[in-house]
Amino acid sequence: MSRGILSPADWRRPRVRLGALGLHGILLGLLFVVGLGPMLWLAKAAVTPTQDTLRSPLALWPNGIDWANLSTAWTRVEVDKYFLNTVGLAAGSWFMQLLVATTAGFALSVLRPRYGKVITGVVLATLFVPSVVLLVPLYLTVVDPPLLKASLINSFWAVWLPAGANAFNILLVQRFFGNLPREVFEAARVDGAGPFRLFWSVVLPMSRPILGVVSVFAVIAAWKDFLWPMLVLPNPELQPLSVRLPALQRFVELDVFLAALAISTVIPVVLFAVFQRFFLKTGALTGAVKG
Amino acid sequence: MAAETRPAPLVLPRSTRAQRTPLTWIRRGGLSTLVFLLPLLLVFGIFSWIPIGRAVVMSFQETNLVTPSTFVGLQNFRDVLADPLLWTAVKNTLYFALLALLFGYPVPLLAAVVMSEVRRFKGLYSALAYLPVVIPPVVAVLLWKFFYDAGPTGVFNTILGYVGIGPVSWLQDSATVMPSLVLEATWAAAGGTVIIYLAALTGVSTDLYEAAEIDRASIWRKVWHVTMPQLRGILLITFILQIVGTAQVFLEPFLFTGGGPANSTTTLLLLIYNYAFANSLGGQYGMATALSIVLAVILGLLSAVYFRLTRGWSKS
Repeated sequence: MSRGILSPADWRRPRVRLGALGLHGILLGLLFVVGLGPMLWLAKAAVTPTQDTLRSPLALWPNGIDWANLSTAWTRVEVDKYFLNTVGLAAGSWFMQLLVATTAGFALSVLRPRYGKVITGVVLATLFVPSVVLLVPLYLTVVDPPLLKASLINSFWAVWLPAGANAFNILLVQRFFGNLPREVFEAARVDGAGPFRLFWSVVLPMSRPILGVVSVFAVIAAWKDFLWPMLVLPNPELQPLSVRLPALQRFVELDVFLAALAISTVIPVVLFAVFQRFFLKTGALTGAVKG
Repeated sequence: MAAETRPAPLVLPRSTRAQRTPLTWIRRGGLSTLVFLLPLLLVFGIFSWIPIGRAVVMSFQETNLVTPSTFVGLQNFRDVLADPLLWTAVKNTLYFALLALLFGYPVPLLAAVVMSEVRRFKGLYSALAYLPVVIPPVVAVLLWKFFYDAGPTGVFNTILGYVGIGPVSWLQDSATVMPSLVLEATWAAAGGTVIIYLAALTGVSTDLYEAAEIDRASIWRKVWHVTMPQLRGILLITFILQIVGTAQVFLEPFLFTGGGPANSTTTLLLLIYNYAFANSLGGQYGMATALSIVLAVILGLLSAVYFRLTRGWSKS
């Protein structure tokens, strides 16, 4: 039977039992207040008139419920547009990350060219470079990209393409592909499958779990991103919610602003609720691998 | 382990050198391998490797968007060092990192140790702890900015009012502004660390606890002499990760205060951002890259020294 620090004998001692249960109760209460509290408050404030929120911010029940806040935020403040921009940025970043990580993982772990080790090494080395170093030169690259004539400023490509350069994804996918049974590849090859067929019909279908991990990380990261989209998308029409929210604060009434904040929290929280088990497991995984 | 029993490469039998011509290379799949590597080479090349190299070069150059760059030797580094704001930023960043350690390092550990003993609704505990991590950081900061309202009807001031304290001016006072920022940052990040510790705690062998019990160890002694040593490896890693992370804090000072009041929250990253992007006419890109290179080198050296010094500790 699984056990922790306390032994079954400890649990039978009344003092220990009371102490432990009390501690757990206190912790649960604190977690409710600290973890869920701000979100519940935001949900309430999103449908509360400004005056109520300002005068008595902690009142449990508002004087009047103002559902119109949500629709005003969605339509008149054009949260819908910024929301779609966020979705577009996240979708493109997701696709780029999967494209780069799966093709590279396949080439490096399954095809294994002689120069593969060098490439893996250079990719992993970038993990140790803090992202600050990239900020300015990457910006200048986007302003005047090589191979292209036009600047990528105010183009979603400026977010999508750099998102693909994620060494952590390569590491994850490469390790997963490397652990797939090679007998299957040999069998496919004997049956006449070329590398492209092998990639598309054998390796990818066998890799759903890791593709799921990379996908969730990609979407969440794109949803959270702030500084980079702010720099490369100066046109407000193209900005995602995260970039637009701080600016909106200045010319939108408080209750509508809080409704906008609530709307931008919904998707990540729903994703978390659906994939909860997965988050809590892989959250630990990333921490362990990062070290 | 796996690395030792590495099977032969799929790029089939490697013949003698004499037979290797471009044609045989293509026939053995060399070209299609390269096609698969193309996305990686293009994306990493253009958006990672070249910019990293460019950062090093640019730190010795005068760069603007109009005229070609010119080499100016160490001038950028001298300019950065001569900036009186640099030392303010260094001090503020160190202060933020120190406060973040004080607030943020023990809390997840304590919470995780208590949570690991929970026998019912364990999932609820970790889900609640992780919830703040899920909220988009920008939303979290803007929400907390409202909570920190300095008036007597601000959210936090109302709560403090219940116990007769305040009102506190949180973000407007240079004495309370940094702790306020750190409090929000800790709230936003602690859940991730809790999950890491929880995973590590499930890995602690129950034999060790049983052995300790045979020796009649008390609960506290079990925590101190069994649990903590078993977590030492992961604790060492989260410690340095936190330092490296907090040294690069940007979002909180940028959105909460913009560096104020009176530059009391101007951090190194905010300074780098200001060098490069605050002036709409074109930034001091050279100074910005020079400072970011210095910061990266210092953090790299710090991590290297840290892992060297603690190498012996993580083995239990």
